Amino acid sequence: MDMQTSLLDRLFDSGLLIDTGVEGLYGRSGAFEDVIARFERLIDVYGGPDGAEAMRFPPGMNRAHFETSGYMKSFPQLAGTVHAFCGADLDHMSLLQCMEVGGDWTKDQKATDIVLTPAACYPLYPTIAKRGRLPAKGGLYDLQSYCFRHEPSNDPARQQLFRMREYVCMGTQEHVTEFRQTWMDRGLEMMAKVGLDVTMDVANDPFFGRAGRMMANNQRDQNLKFELLIPVTSAAKPTACMSFNYHQDAFGAKWGLNLENGDVAHTACVGFGLERIALALFARHGMDIATWPADVRKVLGYQD
Amino acid sequence: MKQKIRDILGKHGGLPVPVETLADDADLYAAGLSSFASVQVMLGIEEAFDVEFPDNLLNRKSFQSIAAITRAVEGLTGSAEAAE
Repeated sequence: MDMQTSLLDRLFDSGLLIDTGVEGLYGRSGAFEDVIARFERLIDVYGGPDGAEAMRFPPGMNRAHFETSGYMKSFPQLAGTVHAFCGADLDHMSLLQCMEVGGDWTKDQKATDIVLTPAACYPLYPTIAKRGRLPAKGGLYDLQSYCFRHEPSNDPARQQLFRMREYVCMGTQEHVTEFRQTWMDRGLEMMAKVGLDVTMDVANDPFFGRAGRMMANNQRDQNLKFELLIPVTSAAKPTACMSFNYHQDAFGAKWGLNLENGDVAHTACVGFGLERIALALFARHGMDIATWPADVRKVLGYQD
Repeated sequence: MKQKIRDILGKHGGLPVPVETLADDADLYAAGLSSFASVQVMLGIEEAFDVEFPDNLLNRKSFQSIAAITRAVEGLTGSAEAAE
């Protein structure tokens, strides 16, 4: 039995995650949710004083915005679209007949105006662009959403529906790269406080295909993405639990985000993989939160 | 070969300036070549010259200038001597 199956089995056995029969689609126990809630409060302790504007979107986004984002250029393999039955009585009859005989009843489903959110910040950019120019001090936003990525796996750290907490910064190049550096420092400090071993490394997104290989190399060459890696299922191959992304002016140009003086805004975001962080805590400190080290419990606000 | 590369750059590069105005050693990224457009140029060149860029050439440097692209294609087609 490999380590991945074993961690997943331990999570199922302890009731922390609940099997649904689909890889990467799990229920969560109250205790698991509580760890995430407490870690989010720790994020608030660090990020709260910055005064970010909080927004929460549901885990689906406007399909037109998704199309503008260019996500399908880079990650067609990960996207999930929402389709629905849009027929009349007769169509309904053939649908039921098709299901009755075990046929592919989904092929006549029609695309709706909703696409599953691939990253918490995606609905933000068109929202901010609609407001007009950014204020003089730039923009800082706090987001959290369930996100979907179609990558079935028995690695509990690679779920298809998971939560991402993000801070997004918009402004000048200096402003947003400083924001990113601040969070890289904070990320290291936070993880040390909860007793997790971390490494920071330059990274790339999982761009699709051969063209994607070049996009990935370019991203690395320019140090656009860093990840904070923590052992979850393997010490040799630690899992990215936070990412720190500098988009240059790509999103600013794409969405029409402009500074007060009319220049195209640069943007950066920092993302926390909330399930991954919770899993790293369980993998490191054990399935029973009551036996976690006292200093870790204290940082997360558990009463002893 | 350089003209063919220039034609591909004009078609796929999405540059805000005409390709004719760029010197062979001009920095294409400074001229406005985006990351995604550089990928399209790469795919266009592969098709036009019937070559495949290996992993070690799939980077910004290979597409930094018309001269750099020419060198890469020459290396892939083995036509360095014949080209100049």
